[in-house]
Amino acid sequence: MGIDLKTVKHISKLSRISLVDEKAKKLEADLNSIFAFIEKLNEVNTEKILPLTSISEGKLQLRTDEIKSNNIREQILKNSPEENKDFFVVPKVVE
Amino acid sequence: MPEIINLKLVELVDKIKKREISSKEVTTAYVERSKKSKKLNTYITEDFENALKKADNFDKNPDYEKKLPGIPIAVKDLFCTKNLRTTAGSKILSNFIPTYESTVTENLWNEGGILLGKLNCDEFAMGSSNETSFFGNVQNPVEKNLVPGGSSGGSSSALAAKLTPVTIGTDTGGSIRQPASFTGTVGLKPTYGSCSRYGIVAFASSLDQAGPMTNDVKDCSLLFDVMSSYDQKDSTSVNFKKNNYLKELTNSIKGKKIGIPKEYRVDGMSKEIENLWQKGIEVIKEGGAEIINISLPNTKYALPAYYIVAPAEASSNLARYDGVKYGFRSKGKNLIDMYEKTRSEGFGNEVKRRIMIGTYVLSSGYYDAYYLKAQKVRKLIKNDFDEAYKKVDAILTPSTPSSAFKIGEKTNDPVSMYLNDIFTVPINLAGLPAISIPAGLDSNGYPLGLQIIGKSFDEQNIFNIAYSMEQQINFKNEIKDWWI
Repeated sequence: MGIDLKTVKHISKLSRISLVDEKAKKLEADLNSIFAFIEKLNEVNTEKILPLTSISEGKLQLRTDEIKSNNIREQILKNSPEENKDFFVVPKVVE
Repeated sequence: MPEIINLKLVELVDKIKKREISSKEVTTAYVERSKKSKKLNTYITEDFENALKKADNFDKNPDYEKKLPGIPIAVKDLFCTKNLRTTAGSKILSNFIPTYESTVTENLWNEGGILLGKLNCDEFAMGSSNETSFFGNVQNPVEKNLVPGGSSGGSSSALAAKLTPVTIGTDTGGSIRQPASFTGTVGLKPTYGSCSRYGIVAFASSLDQAGPMTNDVKDCSLLFDVMSSYDQKDSTSVNFKKNNYLKELTNSIKGKKIGIPKEYRVDGMSKEIENLWQKGIEVIKEGGAEIINISLPNTKYALPAYYIVAPAEASSNLARYDGVKYGFRSKGKNLIDMYEKTRSEGFGNEVKRRIMIGTYVLSSGYYDAYYLKAQKVRKLIKNDFDEAYKKVDAILTPSTPSSAFKIGEKTNDPVSMYLNDIFTVPINLAGLPAISIPAGLDSNGYPLGLQIIGKSFDEQNIFNIAYSMEQQINFKNEIKDWWI
């Protein structure tokens, strides 16, 4: 099954990755060669096979949700691209 | 006494414990050499001044009970290090300063290890040649313009060039074993769940596993002992019974049964790789183990299944990079535009390609055909190994289908690049441990590796087999300092 340019643009939208036309063409070719390779899986009969969703055989471990690091607010906000002492800053969402 | 940089980790530990050398002397030796290594481009972030200070502190107040007493170690830049920039080889994290430490690196420092710096890698560990890093290619010290393998390419290069006595990497589809094979070093991908994933920049969470990269098997067994631990902060961490891997290491493999899977004899396999594998078989026989031919019938489906599962998990894991709370941000007309531009400019081509593959296979209408199908095939691959392990204790294969290639040779053809991982990927899908050890050179003089695959949590057994083989093969890595 081929992936056309329209699909490439749709996936780029879903992925929140903007794409210029020229790159979309190259990506279309790359994705088609990768999917041609992936399609090999259609040869395998997987009827009655349960999907492997996790390698760990036991139950997933749970722990209590406790605060262990204190006073790192400033450090955390420092990593924000638009530095601000109190908040994360984003472009205006509500007019 | 031999030069410090020529000593193995186990020897360094011994000499420090006997007070024959100080941590400062060892750390200085590696810092001085690392400073001259710019041509290799192994370091993304250096932490040399702090390393020297920590070495001084260790010497003033030594604790010789530690397993890594005052030993300097550079690590892959995928491990979060508190207060030291962690980039994952990406522009999008190029200014990220973690407020926490990964459990694996914490384990190293708790046993006396000292951080030297952060090593280059493929962007988000997606690559097999270290050519996708935002911080540039890494050179293989074996020869100029040769790739060091990937994604732990900075780690393998730094180790082979003796810029660090040992290092750690991560392996999602071969990212420790393939670079180890390309540089004539030893690399272990441990059993899934044995080394905590906490604080490691996530790529594909059901496959990612951290592991040691060292000059020999003894060092590997010691470093694995230090790195591995049960960790409440990783929900897939397993509380397994640990051995004292170094102390229990033995070259006696008499009576062990080693499987040779016929499906690994792939079409177009080079004579050199075939001969190397045969040499491995002979060496194992001489060691007193028994060779048994086995079949892993679904091997050829491992790589296609991997290229669904890994990108699917990656697309989900990398959704967090939105330019809001940390990392690179691009300006946009509105919030959505900001997200799209940030991710388009912040990620490199390979990462974007994989996010898009992952998004597609998880998207409405395709989930069953791709993702679910791949997970079923993954089950079949795991079943193959389970069947094989009823007959054998471990499995021997080549680590890679070829030796290291030239920089730029495979960058335009993603599928040919992916084929590098043909022998390593099935092991990640099945969650098993596997080690790559150097076993010979090809006609160009480039190293080649053999892979020993074990049962889950049976690292001691693969260390023992590797140790026995290592002694008989007696591989010498004669790398010249052309890059100084």
